[in-house]
Amino acid sequence: MSRLVMGPFNRVEGDLEVTLDVADGRVREARVNVPLYRGFEALLYGRSPLDALVIAPRICGICSVSQSVAAAAALASAMNLATPDNGRLASNLILATENLADHFTHFHLFFMPDFAREAYRGRPWFPAAEARFKALQGSATADALPARSQFLTLMGYLAGKWPHTLSLQPGGSSCAVETAEKMRVYALLRAFRDYLEKRLFGDSLEAVAALDSVEALEKWAGQKAPESSDFRLFLEIARDLNLNQLGRATDRFLSYGNYQEEEGRLFPAGVWDGGLNPLAVETIAEDISHSWMMGPVEPLPPAQGVTLPDLSRTGAYSWCKAPRLAGKVVETGALARQVVAGHPLVRDLVAKEGGNVRSRVVARLLELALVLPRMEAWALALRPGGPFCAQGTLPGEGRGVGMMEAARGSLGHWLEIHNGRIHNYQIVSPTTWNFSPRDIDNVPGAVEQALAGTPVGENETEPLAVQHVVRSFDPCMVCTVH
Amino acid sequence: MAPPPPQPSPVKGEGVKRNLLWLQAASCGGCTLSLLGAEGPALNAALDAAGINLLWHPALSEETGAEAMAIIDSCLRGDTPLDFLCIEGAQLRGPKGSGRFQMLAGTGRPMTEWVRELAAVARYTLAMGSCASYGGLCGAAAGPTEPCGLQFEGESGGGLLPAEYRAKSGLPVVNVAGCPVHPHWVTETLLALALGQMDESGLDRFQRPRLYADHLVHHGCARNEYYEFKASAEKPSDLGCLMENLGCKGTQAHADCNTRLWNGAGSCTRGGYACINCTAPGFENPGHAFMETPKVAGIPIGLPTDMPKAWFVALAALSKSATPRRVRENAVADHQVVPPVVRKTGLK
Repeated sequence: MSRLVMGPFNRVEGDLEVTLDVADGRVREARVNVPLYRGFEALLYGRSPLDALVIAPRICGICSVSQSVAAAAALASAMNLATPDNGRLASNLILATENLADHFTHFHLFFMPDFAREAYRGRPWFPAAEARFKALQGSATADALPARSQFLTLMGYLAGKWPHTLSLQPGGSSCAVETAEKMRVYALLRAFRDYLEKRLFGDSLEAVAALDSVEALEKWAGQKAPESSDFRLFLEIARDLNLNQLGRATDRFLSYGNYQEEEGRLFPAGVWDGGLNPLAVETIAEDISHSWMMGPVEPLPPAQGVTLPDLSRTGAYSWCKAPRLAGKVVETGALARQVVAGHPLVRDLVAKEGGNVRSRVVARLLELALVLPRMEAWALALRPGGPFCAQGTLPGEGRGVGMMEAARGSLGHWLEIHNGRIHNYQIVSPTTWNFSPRDIDNVPGAVEQALAGTPVGENETEPLAVQHVVRSFDPCMVCTVH
Repeated sequence: MAPPPPQPSPVKGEGVKRNLLWLQAASCGGCTLSLLGAEGPALNAALDAAGINLLWHPALSEETGAEAMAIIDSCLRGDTPLDFLCIEGAQLRGPKGSGRFQMLAGTGRPMTEWVRELAAVARYTLAMGSCASYGGLCGAAAGPTEPCGLQFEGESGGGLLPAEYRAKSGLPVVNVAGCPVHPHWVTETLLALALGQMDESGLDRFQRPRLYADHLVHHGCARNEYYEFKASAEKPSDLGCLMENLGCKGTQAHADCNTRLWNGAGSCTRGGYACINCTAPGFENPGHAFMETPKVAGIPIGLPTDMPKAWFVALAALSKSATPRRVRENAVADHQVVPPVVRKTGLK
């Protein structure tokens, strides 16, 4: 058996090191280490509760708005404050802009460039992959980056700036939209739709959203040449490299649900474990048995959690905690969100092949097709002149919880206010779920499980299959170890 | 008239690429994500115009693990010239000076050691964002991480690198401060350095490029009419001036956010919330809640820095009494409730 240490593991957000024990050409055991500690929970202690709106988004530059939405929701629940319709729609639009931009960035800049590596020269799809996705040089950098920038102009109109807006408030949005901005927002959404339909999908968003089975997906892929669209090219690569057999984890999926509609959420909350189960929030606990953290061995629910460093902890190998749901490892992200929400294609993908490199990427791109049309509807539903932000008062004592879905999955903020100040603030981020270390029963986290069995070529020091698996989760390490 | 400042010589050689290496210390990655949003021209085109070759960037480059370390090692050996060293994020010296709160993955060594070694061979060293410049948000509470900037710790000179540090070009660390940076602050600074258009006189006392730091956020603020009449917002989403009640520091903050705009169209004050002076060292600890203005005897303490206080108070009293009904009522609404009057005759 040999040991490989991979790092700096790039094209992920933040710092990541992966240690692999390899035997007989396969990963036997994997350990993921997140080698950075910043201590955001400690930074929040003792501050004015509303300061969380400034500090929490700065946990993460790529899911900054998600942190804002969770913080605002935690504060709103402590204040018992309801958001007016305009505020709800504006928040949905701001959050969806970030989530879709993240999916888009992940696919073009972080994930696909691996298929333009020299190791794949000789594959029939390689010339197309190289021309399109070669890191820094491919044509995707030249057209997808400007498309992304133009899409993010939505943030200029709706949130002042991105990342690190302060417009998301407990009562809604501080940025009231008037008719001129509303029209501009709608036009920008249509422009992004045009890019997605022409370049990413080579079909209408509605046609992609209507794919309802693995068979329908594969039939759709075969209708045109792989080079005709980026999604078809990916599907061809996935077919050739059997990416649907790579990176299977627990097949237990978590979603807190996302995008508040007039009633319920566009994507509802739940847990998928071969069947749909309700989310039992009270069964969430964080284990620190293998984390450089101070505290008791027994897992603690987030509201009682502490996050203080202890480099001397025996057996620890990461700054990441190990959240568990009813003691079990779960996977979160776009695939989890859509299997819980019941999208027929994703349900079929999971039923037939579980969570894997292909199904994770398909679910992410599918969300672009599902959410953008909703954004167009939300934009048209804005009513200039109506209220955007309800006002309330903070209690001197109280608790609040904010639970939502970032691009990468389930994000929760647990807040406790005492004497008008933040007494405890605990954050459980999506990648903390996916990239957790082992727990007290020595059960590896989701990615650690997904990596077990991954093939490693004889002379590979940075095994490509391992890179595909890790990046298929779109990890955000800066959130993980805030 | 003062003699023109000496111009540093640009990197010699037509067509020779200047190498840029970007590393993320204790950061949120937000400065990188902001930079990717460069427009008119996009990031690639801006780097091309500066003749910059992106040697390695953690979010963009193909190379991972040992492949990436080979590039870094080559810079340290001097085999690959390192023209621009860009560091994003704070330097974590803790616990107890060991730097172990951030190890560069795969190397078993603290990031602070790598940064020190690379800074010794770099032609220009740039701090990307307020964390890299001054320590930034990681220092919002006293704690074990011991954050600092590259050449500052808060307002004090000397950070991970001493105050006397000079990169090979002769310049100290260039602090492209902001939380996050505006993409064009970065691209214009890189262009100016690469083309020999910026020397030490192009930096202010906190070593920020004056090309954006010699402006105030107040300049071009869309709420200026409300400011003139001291017609103030009272709650989030109100249209009025954010200075009197909601914590805005735009009149003191050094940045051109309201003339340059963010994401093509926005700024903090246009988004309906306070400027928190994020380009300044120590912004993370304003000494009060971010979204409240501290006052003494009813007068905000954070007045414009270059205006006598008595004059400000006198003018404020006068302008408040002269406030038109339109301005007064719109200031506390989230949309215009009283539009400007349309005169029957043409403008005179």
